[in-house]
Amino acid sequence: MKKIEFSKKAKKEFNTIVGRYPEKRAAMLPTLHLAEKEFGCISPEVEVYVGELLTVPAVKVREVVTFYTMFAQQPRGKYHFQICRGISCDLLGCTKIRDYLTEKLTLEVGATSPDSKFTLSEVECLGACETAPMMQVNEDYYGKLSQKSVDKIFRKLK
Amino acid sequence: MAEKIISKFFDIRDSHTIDVYMKHGGYKTIQKTLKKMKPAAVIDEVLKSNLRGLGGAGFPAGRKWSFIPKDSSKPKYLIVNADESEPGTFKDRYIIDHFTHGLFEGIMLAAYAIGAHQCFIYIRGEYVRQAERLVKEIEAARKRGFLGEGIFGSKYDLDIVVHRGAGAYICGEETALLESLEGKKGFPRMKPPFPAIEGVFGCPTIVNNVETIAYVPAIIERGAKWFADLGCERSGGLRLFGVSGHVNKPGVYELPVGTPLREIIYNHAGGVLNGKGLKAVIPGGSSSPILTPDEIDVNMDCDSLAEIDAMLGSAGVIVMDEDTDIVRALYVVTRFYRHESCGQCTPCREGTGWAERILKRMLDGHGRPEDIDNLFRIAGNIMGNTICPLGDAVALPLKSYITKFREDFEKRIPVDGAGASKQRDSLMLLN
Repeated sequence: MKKIEFSKKAKKEFNTIVGRYPEKRAAMLPTLHLAEKEFGCISPEVEVYVGELLTVPAVKVREVVTFYTMFAQQPRGKYHFQICRGISCDLLGCTKIRDYLTEKLTLEVGATSPDSKFTLSEVECLGACETAPMMQVNEDYYGKLSQKSVDKIFRKLK
Repeated sequence: MAEKIISKFFDIRDSHTIDVYMKHGGYKTIQKTLKKMKPAAVIDEVLKSNLRGLGGAGFPAGRKWSFIPKDSSKPKYLIVNADESEPGTFKDRYIIDHFTHGLFEGIMLAAYAIGAHQCFIYIRGEYVRQAERLVKEIEAARKRGFLGEGIFGSKYDLDIVVHRGAGAYICGEETALLESLEGKKGFPRMKPPFPAIEGVFGCPTIVNNVETIAYVPAIIERGAKWFADLGCERSGGLRLFGVSGHVNKPGVYELPVGTPLREIIYNHAGGVLNGKGLKAVIPGGSSSPILTPDEIDVNMDCDSLAEIDAMLGSAGVIVMDEDTDIVRALYVVTRFYRHESCGQCTPCREGTGWAERILKRMLDGHGRPEDIDNLFRIAGNIMGNTICPLGDAVALPLKSYITKFREDFEKRIPVDGAGASKQRDSLMLLN
């Protein structure tokens, strides 16, 4: 297994994070968020490394990584499209937006494009039901989606 | 119409900044409180205001606070639950975006009341922009001496840490949240011990929803009686109703607790989209039993909804028009709880999957004559047999949708049973 390490900057950030909690292990989620940003995804090597940092067995890290949906265990595309499939979005036609995106990206739900530019996911309620149908692209929310507005978002990304 | 307390800030420009908040009277209450009120008096005031937990459970906030042991030598923690994930609920996002320092002032008052010097805001991982805003504004408050050592020049220390989740609905359940905050997977804990006695890191802990905390400054400033009088008998004040689905004006509406559901849908949210008729309404987030059009004159408070076997939950109203496929709606709701079941308790882990697969089969035209009875059986076997309420959150919709819209479900079962036999072996389900 390849040995990996945080950059100097990430190490500094990790130390700040750990300082916020009375117990080291509590820094698990923030450290994993940081590690994903740093390494692109949480590979088995990253799990071992985070385990060492937090002095917990790697299996305890893996348990967390696989429990939560947000951690990427494989590299994701530059743009991660997450279409909400919650009840309010479903009532307002999110499946049509999903189908439009699968067609437009020629990607199945859950897949990443060969050029690593796009990943398409369907996710549970994102807590923006008033803007249904909606999706999240990387950090940002986009609501009141239609084919037209999806096209517009694309133009902004490219 | 009653005045707005929190939502008046939604329309003010830059209301999330310290200066704008202070221009509108912000941070006066905490300064007065630190000088003149004892912590016990703050708890007493909140108790008398009838403020109930607005995350979903509706437990009286002041009573919860009073459970914190007075003689414990351990540190005490306040946790703000911003893991807003119940489908149909989006109010906390508005509070974080626009009433940022109002939330902080509520945190200061609550933490002071229970004797906590550290507060964690556990925010759902997807709310990246909201987490960034919180971090930035906490820093701004710290720079002015509003957070940190000796806040506002008093002898009371307080700091706030923003802790991001990572995509797990279950972590909104308070004991799962504690596990998650400790760096573990979010498995709910058995109660007792209750968090107030043994919460995060084994210390006394209070977990309150964002909205609950956000109402505290107004209660302390204007008094318990004023707040209690705004609501109804056993539930004080206003609350933020989120309306979504088939309505003309989806959004957040701050209204007195006890406002009739009909008024919320037709007067505030602009009525059903495209002038259509109403098929059904979920009154309080997707874990709530569903209501039929002839039930929408109900008052939106915990007790009135309980009387008709429904619940107010997170006050997330989801409206379905007359063309809604109720079988699909139940499938989507059940799929959510199957996806979010943590897997700790067998009835929930297995039952949610069984129910989802049966409903999918019905949608695909392969319903079997025994399916409806089996869905009831599954719901009955989940109900009350799990550590946390996620099990009930799927059992209640299952029972209510089928009871109230039985015909819609019966229509999905082919009369000749032809579709069923082909499916039987491949599904290996409840033979």
